[in-house]
Amino acid sequence: MTAVTNPPAAARAGGFRRRLSRFLDARPRVRLAALLTGPAVWLVVLYVGSLIALFLTSFYQLNEDGTGIIKKLGLTNYHELIDKSVYRTVALRTIKVAVAVTLIDIVLALPIAFFIAKLAKPKARALLITMVLVPLWGSYLVKAFAWRALIGSPGGVIDKTVGASPGYGMPAVVIVLSYLWLPYMIVPIYAGLDRLPDSLLEASNDLGAGFWTTFRSVVVPMLLPAIVAGSVFTFSLSLGDYIAVQLVGGSTQMIGTVVYDNFASNLPFAAAFATVPVLVMVLYLLGIRRTGALENL
Amino acid sequence: MTYTNRATRAGFRVWTLLVLVFLWLPLVIVAVLSFNTSASLAWPPSGFTFHWWGKALHNDGARSALEMSLKTASIATVIALVLGTAASFAVQRFKFFGREPLSLMIVLPIALPGIVTGVALNSAFREVGVSLGLMTLVIAHATFCVVVVYNNVLARLRRLSPNLEEASADLGADTFQTFIHVTLPLLWSALLAGGLLAFGLSFDEIVVTTFTNGAGNDLQTLPQWILSNLSRGDQQPIVNVTATAVMIFSLVPVWAAQRLTGKQGGLAGR
Repeated sequence: MTAVTNPPAAARAGGFRRRLSRFLDARPRVRLAALLTGPAVWLVVLYVGSLIALFLTSFYQLNEDGTGIIKKLGLTNYHELIDKSVYRTVALRTIKVAVAVTLIDIVLALPIAFFIAKLAKPKARALLITMVLVPLWGSYLVKAFAWRALIGSPGGVIDKTVGASPGYGMPAVVIVLSYLWLPYMIVPIYAGLDRLPDSLLEASNDLGAGFWTTFRSVVVPMLLPAIVAGSVFTFSLSLGDYIAVQLVGGSTQMIGTVVYDNFASNLPFAAAFATVPVLVMVLYLLGIRRTGALENL
Repeated sequence: MTYTNRATRAGFRVWTLLVLVFLWLPLVIVAVLSFNTSASLAWPPSGFTFHWWGKALHNDGARSALEMSLKTASIATVIALVLGTAASFAVQRFKFFGREPLSLMIVLPIALPGIVTGVALNSAFREVGVSLGLMTLVIAHATFCVVVVYNNVLARLRRLSPNLEEASADLGADTFQTFIHVTLPLLWSALLAGGLLAFGLSFDEIVVTTFTNGAGNDLQTLPQWILSNLSRGDQQPIVNVTATAVMIFSLVPVWAAQRLTGKQGGLAGR
């Protein structure tokens, strides 16, 4: 309405905006550049730049007395990684743990996600999904520490109430990591199921398939992008974890703990070992790109 | 539900119950122990007290750590909102060279383990000669928060009918008027949901934080404070209180995000 009472000022403001608007409308490349510059600079220069710098560092090495880094490219760190069987063992163990955690989480998550999305009454649904989400927001550290109190043997809560507990070690690492990342698997699967129309399941049933046949040949294949999206989280988080591993793993070494331990004393070696999870994850991401899983994250 | 029988439904119900017990058991134990008279993690609890809750309320370390976490998460969320929205518009509305790699790059910071991101940014900051502190911490957090905003907004943009914006333009609105009066109102719940997730992600982060925050005590975030106090036995009950309080307060954003994303709530969007 001000345009009527005060035309010259409004016309001037509107005029500039209009001209800028027309300018942009005619030039999609300028619009694109305006949108893209921020994110591209941030992610490419800052983030990918840092990753490349870290990769370069992995070819450097410590000087004789270990106080400085010699910036000369060489394969020493990678030779050490490949030659010393302990690092091969650690890398392999970490990947195995990540696979185990991912599989356990899929098995635990599928039925609960299916129940919440398809079987629970709409009112219960909101409550149930909140019950899955709140543990996700509870502090990672506190949960890991609670498990330390739970799983210790002798004297842990489980040991005192049940009479037996795995104690600290590899099994504890698998249990606790499965626990910590479980909501990251439930949520994408639930969202995937939510998008899956009930009529599909009923059609399969009408055509004579029993429930489990429908589950196996209709539900699971359609959920694949969601399951893969969840696995990106469970897999990657397991590959890099070092805090929970230190808390409940006993003396178990994983990629994360080795990188963390070497970070201060031998950065080039830590960098070289850190390329293992990066390589695994990049291959994994490239492999799943076509499934549409990345948009389900 | 015609495709299931009673036994199958009962089986799913029992499984759901067991998984929920598994998810909640450690949290309940922490909450119970925050009222325990004994200062250790010993089980069973020896008595009921509000003593630790009172002490935690007056704990300066916890309070300044909470402030630092809130500050970091707020600034990182704002940056993530701007960058994530811009990126999602670029990817959704334009075809350009490098679009596929860009969308992969946006996902990378949460798809790579935190320790890799942390070590990489740490050595980059030191290489450039930036000292670690609030600024480096915010930069690091914003980097992995962009993806949650991006995914939320992108999913919304894909469902938006272009007719609305075209109608707005046909009726004489310029680009900015259309954005403010048509596009933004349609996006705002996606922005809020993405923002809440980004905030939550930043608030609880510890690994990247360890590598990108300064060493000063006054700079500690809440997770850093918790980590440094967990190793000190005498602080254990106060940590339990802090953790329980954070969990209770997290009910609000979880519930809000749930309401906002409604039927499509994915973890990082969708």
